[in-house]
Amino acid sequence: MTTAAGESLSAAKRDYSLVGASARAAIETGLASAEWYHTDVPRKVMKDLMQRSDRRPLIDAIIWLGLIALTAAGGVYFWGSWVCVPFFFVYGTLYGSACDARWHECGHGTAFKTRWMNDVIYEIASFMVMRNPVTWRWSHARHHTDTIIVGRDAEIAVMRPPDLLRVAANFVGIYDVYFSLKALLKNAAGIITPEEASFIPEMERGKAVIAARAHIAIYAATIVVALVVRSWLPLMLIGLPRMYGCWHMLLVGLLQHGGLADNVTDHRLNSRTVYMNPASRFIYLNMNYHVEHHMFPMVPYHALPRLHELIKHDLPAPNPSIFHAYREMVPAFLRQLRNEDYFVKRELPPTAKPYREEFHSASATPNAAE
Amino acid sequence: MAWVEACGIDEIDREDVIRWDHEGRSFALYRSPDDEYFATDGLCTHERVHLANGLVMGDVIECPKHSGRFNYRTGKALAAPVCVNLKTYSTKAQDGKVFVDVG
Repeated sequence: MTTAAGESLSAAKRDYSLVGASARAAIETGLASAEWYHTDVPRKVMKDLMQRSDRRPLIDAIIWLGLIALTAAGGVYFWGSWVCVPFFFVYGTLYGSACDARWHECGHGTAFKTRWMNDVIYEIASFMVMRNPVTWRWSHARHHTDTIIVGRDAEIAVMRPPDLLRVAANFVGIYDVYFSLKALLKNAAGIITPEEASFIPEMERGKAVIAARAHIAIYAATIVVALVVRSWLPLMLIGLPRMYGCWHMLLVGLLQHGGLADNVTDHRLNSRTVYMNPASRFIYLNMNYHVEHHMFPMVPYHALPRLHELIKHDLPAPNPSIFHAYREMVPAFLRQLRNEDYFVKRELPPTAKPYREEFHSASATPNAAE
Repeated sequence: MAWVEACGIDEIDREDVIRWDHEGRSFALYRSPDDEYFATDGLCTHERVHLANGLVMGDVIECPKHSGRFNYRTGKALAAPVCVNLKTYSTKAQDGKVFVDVG
């Protein structure tokens, strides 16, 4: 795969606050709530791709929850000996990493055909990943409206210049858990911050408070049980997996947009598709097809490989492996330490429609290699 | 009443939706699984996204961008992130055509 370097022209520092200068600029320039590029797909084909079913997600959910139950039982049984370590490694990964993809897919409502099944898994996964299910439903809607638009997107994982210490610490959830618990505690106390208020409608804020109280109550009960039985075991099962098991969520999640362009309205420029091994794809529910997901978020995870085959002629070549993608992303992060306007500009195949350079010229200069 | 011819009855597949623009306004026209025809505003009330690119499931239209759901018969907003109901319009199928009261 060929990539080129890009460098945006923005002279001002990025302001990632959702109520700051970049947010105002995005609204004024039309970057906010803009019309995005989509590859042409015939309506009948797209309709077929969007069809839901319960069978495949039920099988995946049974495997996921079944493995969680089995590894939890193994971890508890062997607690106190080293034999429990592999059990908790798998348990933690299924709890602290796989939850993210279930939260995401069920939040979109695309996993199951039956609505309540989406809602049940969404609530469970939201708890596991320590996200307020109400707040994050709305923040993710914003992420899809304004993907990697500075000041608008509430879910930009790596801001520029990148804080690599924070990124590394998040492989064991240190920052994320701190900020997640802080946000949940604030919400539980009835506080909705101005940033949250910028994307949660007023009529939904009460629900966010109730959800936060439920989460905090479960964590409090777990801590009480741990104190009563004088053991870390309850916390190894509830809460801590978000730290010791979140490594895979970070490993694949950073690749979604890391090192790519910001403030553009073409997902081919700001999102990355990566071919991955089957285990990662199960944990990640095929979100490695990330350009495809952002372009057509209504397509269920199990149909993304089919969508990829249909539109790959119009997309940058996917990274052939996680390792390959990191070799592209990490040097970009390092360059952004010196020049936060640097980004990786992904080359399109000759069969693709070109990027709308004239549209993006205000924020991106193609091939402006340093 | 301001009935306007919108499309042929076969231009909409069963349990599907199409976009219809008229005098600067955008509408979504639906054909139910029972071959009834309905019309709503064409843009989602959450973000200005064309519902005609969404998915029809029974009486529900799901927005293609954020999966907001409406009952297209009544316009009722069913699930976040949509909170505001969709405006509906009367329709009639006559002589192989679908007419919409855009008044």
